[in-house]
Amino acid sequence: MAQTFGSKRTVVGAHYGLRDWLAQRITSVVMALFTVAVIVQILLPGEMGYDKWSGMFSRQWMKVLTFTAVISLLLHAWVGVRDILMDYVKPLGTRLALQAATIVWLVGCAGWAVQVLWRL
Amino acid sequence: MADTVKDRPVYRNIHITQLPHYRLPAPGWVSILHRISGALLFILLPFTIWMFDASVTSEISYAGFTSVFSAGWAGLPGWFFKLVVFGLIWAYVQHFIAGLRHVWMDMTHATGLAFGRQSAIATLVATAILTIALGAKLFF
Repeated sequence: MAQTFGSKRTVVGAHYGLRDWLAQRITSVVMALFTVAVIVQILLPGEMGYDKWSGMFSRQWMKVLTFTAVISLLLHAWVGVRDILMDYVKPLGTRLALQAATIVWLVGCAGWAVQVLWRL
Repeated sequence: MADTVKDRPVYRNIHITQLPHYRLPAPGWVSILHRISGALLFILLPFTIWMFDASVTSEISYAGFTSVFSAGWAGLPGWFFKLVVFGLIWAYVQHFIAGLRHVWMDMTHATGLAFGRQSAIATLVATAILTIALGAKLFF
């Protein structure tokens, strides 16, 4: 067996526990609820246009739900993309670089989404 | 200890050269499509957030948002952007329904072969119907 502790410790693993797996499930439920909330509001009476669409996201409860969905997406996609990288990218340096890029990508996107939400 | 470990079979990812020889059952298709749709949603995230930004920020930005899909943008025609959105719709629906299946299986421990196969087929069929319906609304 290859040594995976001490100086040879695997530094890009999955923490070998329940936490990330559970986080991915919980965040998926949050995003599903957000999706249902958006669909229900689209189906409510009223012609779809700028007023109805932007009005949906202007309500305080919807802002909170959207913010929670964005943060959930951040955590959910991090676990998922990290799983993909762990399966297909074996060289440690490349994997670490791609994982770092994934975090930058996700944090950047989440920041942008929150910025849009904040000024509504 | 080392001798017993050596004789164990090792199962790795399917290598890309083996793909043509594999007959993937329905749950296998749902599994790999979950990955592909998730990766697609991840890669197109900036485009999704741009759509959110442009569509809610102001009436002027909303008009710009709709014109991208009719008149096009940066030399690319409007239908190209609709095609990208169609890809996003497929990925979202696929990932959403397959995700519900995942959560359901985790909560109920529904891990039997029959349920796995039937729910996988149901996932693929429901995704196809919803994607085509939403795509028709997008294009026509």
